[in-house]
Amino acid sequence: MLQIKDLHASIEGKEILKGIDLEVKKGEVHAIMGPNGSGKSTLANILAGREEYEVTSGSISYLGEDLLELDPEERAHKGIFLAFQYPVEIPGVSNVYFLRTALNEVRKSQGLEELDAAQFLKLVRKKIDLVQLDKSLLNRAVNEGFSGGEKKRNEIFQMAVLEPKLAILDETDSGLDIDALRIVANGVNSLKSKDNATIVVTHYQRLLDYIVPDVVHVLFKGKIVKSGGKELALELESKGYDWLK
Amino acid sequence: MSTEAEQLESLAQQEYKYGFVTDIEADALPPGLNEDVVRIISQKKKEPAFMLEWRLKAYKRWLKMEEPKWPKVEYPEINFQDIIYYSAPKNTPKYNSLDEVDPQLLETYNKLGIPLEEQKMLAGVAVDAVFDSVSVATTFKEKLSEMGVIFCPISEALQKYPDLVKKYLGSVVPATDNFYAALNSAVFSDGSFVYVPKGVRCPMELSTYFRINAQNTGQFERTLIVADEGSYVSYLEGCTAPQRDENQLHAAVVELVALKGAEIKYSTVQNWYPGDDEGKGGIYNFVTKRGIAHENAKISWTQVETGSAITWKYPSVILKGDNSIGEFYSVAMTNKFQQADTGTKMIHIGKNTRSNIVSKGISAGRSNNSYRGLVKIMKSAENARNFSQCDSLLIGDKCGAHTFPYIEVNNTTGRVEHEATTSKIGEDQIFYCNQRGLDTEQAVSLIVNGYCKEVFRELPMEFAVEAQKLLSISLEGSVG
Repeated sequence: MLQIKDLHASIEGKEILKGIDLEVKKGEVHAIMGPNGSGKSTLANILAGREEYEVTSGSISYLGEDLLELDPEERAHKGIFLAFQYPVEIPGVSNVYFLRTALNEVRKSQGLEELDAAQFLKLVRKKIDLVQLDKSLLNRAVNEGFSGGEKKRNEIFQMAVLEPKLAILDETDSGLDIDALRIVANGVNSLKSKDNATIVVTHYQRLLDYIVPDVVHVLFKGKIVKSGGKELALELESKGYDWLK
Repeated sequence: MSTEAEQLESLAQQEYKYGFVTDIEADALPPGLNEDVVRIISQKKKEPAFMLEWRLKAYKRWLKMEEPKWPKVEYPEINFQDIIYYSAPKNTPKYNSLDEVDPQLLETYNKLGIPLEEQKMLAGVAVDAVFDSVSVATTFKEKLSEMGVIFCPISEALQKYPDLVKKYLGSVVPATDNFYAALNSAVFSDGSFVYVPKGVRCPMELSTYFRINAQNTGQFERTLIVADEGSYVSYLEGCTAPQRDENQLHAAVVELVALKGAEIKYSTVQNWYPGDDEGKGGIYNFVTKRGIAHENAKISWTQVETGSAITWKYPSVILKGDNSIGEFYSVAMTNKFQQADTGTKMIHIGKNTRSNIVSKGISAGRSNNSYRGLVKIMKSAENARNFSQCDSLLIGDKCGAHTFPYIEVNNTTGRVEHEATTSKIGEDQIFYCNQRGLDTEQAVSLIVNGYCKEVFRELPMEFAVEAQKLLSISLEGSVG
């Protein structure tokens, strides 16, 4: 599904990623761990197409296409979803309207018919329980005045509605209490299928108690220094990152 | 002076001599303004004698007045002698079919979802006999007259209800109020008149739409709305379809009178031609709008301004009666080379008067957008309250936003609150939308519409939907 080859990237002239190789297959869950400043979020943002990051060399192939040639919205249409570390507020735009617009854009690009308000509401009712999001948040402005936990749950709710092929969760666990963490993880797990894949970017091991990864990668100073099974995460938890230096 | 002009001139004098009896055969007067032009206009409209006196007084004062220079707008000097002050309403269509109309204009109509037959009327195409807009308007009128509501061209009102017009015309915006109001008073061609009797709740939104189709009101429009005690009326001005006009200068006057316990809601969507991509040829819109609210009365101005090369407009409320309320909700969007200097004045005279101002400015391209607002609390206005919120949104880095709040408080019990923000559409917001599948143009339009929501929800439902679409269209090409 996703092949990253020798990816180098920089922001404002400073090189952050220094040769990343990564392959993600359908049905897999990959965790990317690493200390602050190792380049985890940079990688997540590059996959989503954020312009501030400049890819200096290397390639990314997604479903057989050159991902770097696609605009961010085209990537979204083709099933890439980024759950933001810091979800953005859009004052005055209702959450439910925003999400319907988003879903219909994706559907349009796939030649599917757009959903009207009633059809969409039916879908929303089905999905909202998945993340136990308070229904009153649907008609509030996108993320405006949401608590940290509500914002993160809202991201997973959007993911549930948009049903991406490749979901990238950028530090979705940060700022969540243990109950919220469990709810978010349950949401992610129930969306898992043999046709989609998930990349979980995280700082701590605790999310991986709930979302069990197939592969764990350690990102350090812009390079993947170690990959392994889920037990690698536990090892990191007990030993820290220092032993990998 | 051309011979034709000379003929007209002599004809005009001749008519004066014979007491305004004969009709002038010419369709339009030659350019220029003098006392005779004022007389001819009044005579053409078959106005009662007091109107001519009123117009002449305004004209004489206008001669002594100077064009205001304080607005933050720039434009080449207007030669008021180059303007044609009267031309007969043209009933002949400009085009025979839609095929002859500028395709760009039609595209915009389609984006706005305007039905085909209405497109024809707007573009000046001959309308099919089958589509009977007249009958729609007639049904509408019958229903209103059952309730005693008068809604007609002001020229008609001057003939049918001269006493009513005489009583209120100029009572809120005196003929000599300002340069453009004086000019309008002297030469106004037509406009709307509304009277809602005591205790009547006008059963429908009154819209100029119905009337404008029948008659081109021209560049000096005059509107007078009187809501008698305890009545209610909602009035919609303009339409979202782009309006082109050969006249570059527009100087309208709108007066609202809300008597004891009455409520007037006045909504405007202004989409005059803003000029080409270099900013040439757009309309100059210099408008005076003011309402007077008597005891327990309420006046709300809601405006969405997207058109015109220059907008100069300050819908105001004089809160004369105790417990009266004034509201101003505004979205002013400028793009390309447009300039807008707009805002409101709230004059608190009565006790316990309240005013609320929400102004949302959006600047894109190389445009300039200024909010100018005055809140004045007079000595007599015990416990007056005002809340103002003025937000500016910038798109790109070549545009400007300016806020000029003026506050005068002469009573210590008064409370005035003012909040102002300036923001830019964040890259973060756009990327967030992009990542969810919206392209950048859609993202900007969504963000801007969200930003304007507080104002849009004050508009009548259908108008609000149209205004949203209009804003999206006005934003097109504003992001690179």
